[in-house]
Amino acid sequence: MTAQTGATGVAQAPPQAHPRAERPARTPLSEGARAERRLGWLLCAPAVVIMLAVTAYPMGYAVWLSLQRYDLRFPAAHEFIGLANYTTVLTNRLWWTAFGVTMFITVVSVAVELVLGMGLALVMRWALVGRGAVRTAILIPYGIVTVVAAYSWQYAWTPGTGYLANLLPNGSAPLTQQWPAIFIITGAEIWKTTPFMALLLLAGVSLVSEDLIKAAKVDGATAWQRFTHIMLPVMKPAILVALLFRTLDAFRIFDNIFILTSGANNTRSVSILGYDNLFTALNLGIGSAISVLILIAVAIIAFVFVKGFGTAAPGQEVENR
Amino acid sequence: MSTRTVAKASWGVGNTIIILVALVPVLWLASLSFKDPSTIADGSFLPREWTLDNYRGIFSTDLFTRALVNSIGIALIATALAVVVGSMAAYAVARLRFPGKGVLVGATLLIAMFPPISLVSPLFNLWRQVGLFDTWPGLIIPYLTFSLPLTIYTLSAFFREIPWDLEKAARVDGATPFQAFTRVIAPLATPSILTTAILVFIFCWNDFVFAISLTSTLNSRTVPAAIAFFSGASQFETPIGSIAAAGVVITIPIIIFVFFFQRRIVAGLTSGAVKG
Repeated sequence: MTAQTGATGVAQAPPQAHPRAERPARTPLSEGARAERRLGWLLCAPAVVIMLAVTAYPMGYAVWLSLQRYDLRFPAAHEFIGLANYTTVLTNRLWWTAFGVTMFITVVSVAVELVLGMGLALVMRWALVGRGAVRTAILIPYGIVTVVAAYSWQYAWTPGTGYLANLLPNGSAPLTQQWPAIFIITGAEIWKTTPFMALLLLAGVSLVSEDLIKAAKVDGATAWQRFTHIMLPVMKPAILVALLFRTLDAFRIFDNIFILTSGANNTRSVSILGYDNLFTALNLGIGSAISVLILIAVAIIAFVFVKGFGTAAPGQEVENR
Repeated sequence: MSTRTVAKASWGVGNTIIILVALVPVLWLASLSFKDPSTIADGSFLPREWTLDNYRGIFSTDLFTRALVNSIGIALIATALAVVVGSMAAYAVARLRFPGKGVLVGATLLIAMFPPISLVSPLFNLWRQVGLFDTWPGLIIPYLTFSLPLTIYTLSAFFREIPWDLEKAARVDGATPFQAFTRVIAPLATPSILTTAILVFIFCWNDFVFAISLTSTLNSRTVPAAIAFFSGASQFETPIGSIAAAGVVITIPIIIFVFFFQRRIVAGLTSGAVKG
């Protein structure tokens, strides 16, 4: 924009004898570009400084902590031990159980949410009645504090107290058994985050041309054919972005498990395991090693999505426009 | 006509089921919060005896009121900072050409994907060393960081939609740059900024990981973290009723946002996340 104003200034310059016009045409252009560049950096600087200071620096510090024996209960034993903490974690059954539980919850909840979210997105676009009501209602699970929702599920499944537990045979306490508890956690996660998935998919559904759908209908395409041949190709980028975001988000699951089971009976996720090592065992070395391993796992998931499936990062799309 | 009526009716039934599934857990918590301590474990979906005792109970203790003040203050300050810092960067991303923009957008995306638990151990240690542990800034700083990606995406998508030529037109008509900004651009940008602020506020209001890890007392503990400590507190006869009441209180702002800004929240989430 600045460059443009500079150029028009030059074009109108001779009759007006504007001081700027006396310079050769190129200088104001590059000066404008340089000013624009400086303004761009200046405006972004605070955000960049904050984001680097609060993520990159502490993450480097976490890597450093993870290479030490550092137990707050035994500060005297603090020393550099190389990769020993990683060996301890990766050869421990607790880590692999937590990793398995996390992967199970991630895969199941994201798969179910993709189906439900797609249904919701279609309802929000094409329902004959009540589109607004549905949009309003599903924003409640999206907005509600996860901890609050988790308490609601916990009490619902508490024997005697809860309306859901009372549907089960007498004497069953699902939250105290590993698999029933994992299913309840997954259910709570699905309830809370399906709306987010649905809204990301709705962005894709909105790109589908109404005319094309109508034309296909006239040509005799079934609803399923219209969905797979017309909608899915258009929606593919939106679907991949939604899957990427939700997969990474599900992998970090913490709040629901913390409230529903506190990780008892082998229902820990990797995040819960890291938290327990830091704040229950007060072992900064092991806890930091788990933190770094979680970050590596997240990086691998993101890499697989971006390279493997060709997920376009939303930022890149914004940039290309 | 009749097929249309049938279609409408079946959509109505489907939508009612969706709405019920979305609302039942919230209604259940509200019901628990109005139950009398003697009937709280009766398993009935609706209270048999209605009482406000649970609400009186939580508002008569520091544990909840201080946490509520912390939650509101920390979320508001973090939101305000995120919107100011984020809208500067979003303006640059949407409107200016400068080298390094791609790197900035990529780095922002990385932070959006960052697992918060990975930051907890280093921040816990750093905050204790620099005296930020268990303080408002100790939570505001990580909240600000994690809401910046959301702010930059949502706002840069919105800023792109603003007809910036209007600014030029106003200048041609004799407005000063300041007037062009305050009279023309600011009114167009305000709704997007408000929408973004709501999304950021919901994010900060919701956080639990940082709230339980980086606080230890009433000084800075927010409501989600404080609720988790109700259970062991002896001054409460029945923690279930108190937790339910506290949960309902902190859900009220969310319900207000959803009812008044439903369209904007949907627009914010869909435009910021995916642009095809």
